[in-house]
Amino acid sequence: MDNFMKLINGLSNTLNDIMTNYSDMLVQGMLDTLYMTLVATIIAYLFGLPIGILAEVTSKDGIHPMPVINKVLGFIINVGRSIPFIILLVAIMPFTRMVIGTTIGPKAATVPLIIGAIPFIARLVENSLKELDKGVIEAARSMGASDMQIVFKVMLVEALPSIILGVSLSSITLVGYTAMAGTVGGRGLGDIAIRYGYYRYQPDVMIITIILLVILVQIIQSIGQLISKKIDKKNT
Amino acid sequence: MIKIKNLTKTYQNKKTKTTVLNNINLEIEDGDIFGIIGMSGAGKSTLIRCMNLLEKPTSGSVHIDGINITNLDRKSLSKVRKNIGMIFQGFNLLMQKTVEKNIAFGLEIIRIKDFVPENMKINEYKSLSYLEKRKVKKVETKRKVSELLKIIDLEDKAKAYPSMLSGGQRQRVAIARALATNPSVLLCDEATSALDSMTTKSILTLLKKINEETKVTIVIITHEMNVVKEICNKVAVIDQSEIIEQGSAPDVFKNHQSEITRQLIGGEL
Repeated sequence: MDNFMKLINGLSNTLNDIMTNYSDMLVQGMLDTLYMTLVATIIAYLFGLPIGILAEVTSKDGIHPMPVINKVLGFIINVGRSIPFIILLVAIMPFTRMVIGTTIGPKAATVPLIIGAIPFIARLVENSLKELDKGVIEAARSMGASDMQIVFKVMLVEALPSIILGVSLSSITLVGYTAMAGTVGGRGLGDIAIRYGYYRYQPDVMIITIILLVILVQIIQSIGQLISKKIDKKNT
Repeated sequence: MIKIKNLTKTYQNKKTKTTVLNNINLEIEDGDIFGIIGMSGAGKSTLIRCMNLLEKPTSGSVHIDGINITNLDRKSLSKVRKNIGMIFQGFNLLMQKTVEKNIAFGLEIIRIKDFVPENMKINEYKSLSYLEKRKVKKVETKRKVSELLKIIDLEDKAKAYPSMLSGGQRQRVAIARALATNPSVLLCDEATSALDSMTTKSILTLLKKINEETKVTIVIITHEMNVVKEICNKVAVIDQSEIIEQGSAPDVFKNHQSEITRQLIGGEL
């Protein structure tokens, strides 16, 4: 209880302090986190979306079952999801250095972020497509639609609200990952939290960054739900 | 004209082999409203799905207008399917698209170079540039959709979404969608089973009207005898994977041979 009171006091006393001394750092941290999250989400979807679509299309109940390809994809996705991100960060370093030229900074951090997010996103997309009403797909087949047409004009259309919620979920997960990326030179809010809160014993700064991260996640969550709800014509 | 010859469908599941359809022989003539009736699980759904190859027969063949469609390649099958419309018990509309977009779907998936315009000579169409063709297709699609909206009496719902419609309205949209490509056959898979009796009657009336005006051949599968009674001119009774009776509707009702038929007739009272 005593420690807690000290924390609150410390917070209120140094709030002014933080505003003047650390505001630049915090703004930069927020921008870095946003940059890493946004870039990683977009590029990871560029790869994860087709992989997820392929996984569902080639599945047993899919529109074009291909058991061998499906098993291989499933294996890759599962392995990808099993590697703890913080280990992936370090293991990927040589690759990052090859692509970006360095392992330091938000740009370099996006490499492991993207690689770590792709399997997760593929799973999300696959699930969004899997839960679709198979009847609509059957109706499209009965009209002579090709596989490609079914994917683009039926599946992705009907699953869009669900996919958008998936985007929301994966970007929030990535926000969490950026904090870990911070530990190996990534920068961002998470990095500040660890550096100041853990290494420098300045819990006030850490708490501010935590609050900022919570607000960021809330905003992403709300936007995701809002957009998903707005475009969903099934549940008006 | 639809001919089904010695059609058998079995499912192999590790140890057990299930026969869903056993040596089915049927002939449906142009303009028929052909009912296929049976209890749940008798094989009706599988049979109608074999007619447009949504299910592939294990043996036997399906012939539509003289063409054996049983082993066609994907492209040819896709072409054949544009000539066969289908409606379902669960309607199966695209919930994220408007009524008009749903009705236009069958036309939307036809490639511009494969499109056959109604209001233009085909040679003239073929001589147009890609962009000109696209315009013609767009205009014709719009016209067709309006025409169909009128037939199904839902002109004021063109821009509505399926979630805003009742079951009967959704089925009407499904019917319009199925007819957009001017098919010669319309398959109806338990199309009224999810609707109340009044709505069922209005849907059946609509189907009969369409059959009279366009001569489209209609195949209806159902477990409800009153549906068959209402509009079918011919009927086949299916029980446990086999056709046990078939003939003209009045004949089968009056002079039914089997116990199952008697039960089905009696069941709707």
